[in-house]
Amino acid sequence: MIQFSQICKRYPGGYEALKNVSFEIAEGEMIFLTGHSGAGKSTLLKLIAAIERPSSGSIVVKGQNVSSIQSGALPYLRRNLGLIFQDHKILFDRSVFDNVMLPLRICGFDHRESAKRVRAALDKVGLLKREKTSPIALSGGEQQRLCIARAIVNRPSILLADEPTGNLDKDYASDIMGIFKSFHQVGVTLLISSHDESILRQFKGRVLALKNGELCP
Amino acid sequence: MKNWLVSHVHVLLFTLRRFFTTPLSSLLNILVIGIALSLPAGMYLMLKSLQSMAEQAVGTPQISIFLSMDASNDEVAHIGKQLKQHASINQLKFVPRDQALEQLKQTTGLTDVIGGLAQNPLPDAYVIYPKISDAQALEALRDEFKKWPKIEYVQLDSAWARKLEAILKFGLLAVLILAVLLSFALIAITFNTIRLQILTQREEIEVSKLIGATNAFIRRPFLYFGLLQGLLGGATAWFIITISLRLLNNSLSELTHLYASSFTLHLPSIGDSSILLLLSAYLGWLGAWLSVAQHLWQIEPR
Repeated sequence: MIQFSQICKRYPGGYEALKNVSFEIAEGEMIFLTGHSGAGKSTLLKLIAAIERPSSGSIVVKGQNVSSIQSGALPYLRRNLGLIFQDHKILFDRSVFDNVMLPLRICGFDHRESAKRVRAALDKVGLLKREKTSPIALSGGEQQRLCIARAIVNRPSILLADEPTGNLDKDYASDIMGIFKSFHQVGVTLLISSHDESILRQFKGRVLALKNGELCP
Repeated sequence: MKNWLVSHVHVLLFTLRRFFTTPLSSLLNILVIGIALSLPAGMYLMLKSLQSMAEQAVGTPQISIFLSMDASNDEVAHIGKQLKQHASINQLKFVPRDQALEQLKQTTGLTDVIGGLAQNPLPDAYVIYPKISDAQALEALRDEFKKWPKIEYVQLDSAWARKLEAILKFGLLAVLILAVLLSFALIAITFNTIRLQILTQREEIEVSKLIGATNAFIRRPFLYFGLLQGLLGGATAWFIITISLRLLNNSLSELTHLYASSFTLHLPSIGDSSILLLLSAYLGWLGAWLSVAQHLWQIEPR
């Protein structure tokens, strides 16, 4: 599903975020990406969504070479991915419902069908009753769940989550991990990054550990 | 296809809503565009009205022959006979001096002034409609009549119209230059409006790109906005022109009545109006397109 071959990423200024990283993720796997902050977790996730391009090496996602993708094909790649961001990237000028609606509007879905899907996604993360609220009134944990709802409303086959439990207390964090687990059970490929080892111990799954930009064996 | 249409309607409604979120600045923008467009368009229409009047005058050339005051009735009749036999004259009208004075009284309302005159200052006159309309031939004809005895003055009535036509051509060129300059102003206004919108919507654009929006999708609302703003500006210009011309026509009719003429300024025709609206919409769209092309690529998600 996702294949990294000898990926290096050097940022302008010379900082090397990833050094010779190679791995493969099969369809339906749930993978945890760990490492201290600055170890290269975010960079790795950004490379998969082609938000950043690798300095060398190749990345293949669903049989498509992402490292050399044309900018015109980029939107269609991203529609297959559900992205959950560290800083949420929620739009505060519209309701919870409209935030989740955005990906479907972008894909040009039928309006009535979309509304059904949005409600289903909000129900899954437990925000159905708050659909008309402004996101500004949501707590940190709820904003994170809103971000998840927006990522899954498109029913992507791959879900990438960058520090989804970052600033949350334990109860909220295991709530969210529970949500991820339910996606795993329906066959979604998940790649979740976290620096919090205690969370990972609760769940069984393969772990990719990064240290200073290199993959630990 | 249906989804595509629905999404376009969606964007249109969204754009309209955006107008109402900043009503004052939208209104001012539209007003500025309207005023900028109404200047050249209004002047163009006024010049066109003058031009069609001049064309009418040129189309039926007239030569007025004023006889000497001391010409006797026999001499007047003789000149009339000669004119009638002239090969290049189509039609001939005799205006006796008494009738001319009467006409002057009626049409100008100067009854009191004319009544105070000791004698009729007007000469007998012939009005000629020649068969030819070529300017040089007409001038030759005028010079020929001038040499006849007992003819005081020969006037080519279309000469002023030809001069007016030349001036109008010059005026139209000036209006064209003005129109081109103000079109650039319209493009600049839209360019700037869209630039500000892109800046305030930076976050939305970034997020949309991250979840798979194509550039066309992101561009669309901005292009619609530019198009709509241009169109509304054009409509404003149309209203400004129509109302102004109506007001001008009202006071003009009083004026032209004094000069025994029925000259009115033409209101914009359906053709003129649709050209105005199409052009303003296109210029708005173009300004938006340039702005989007210039600014959108700068916003790449990180």
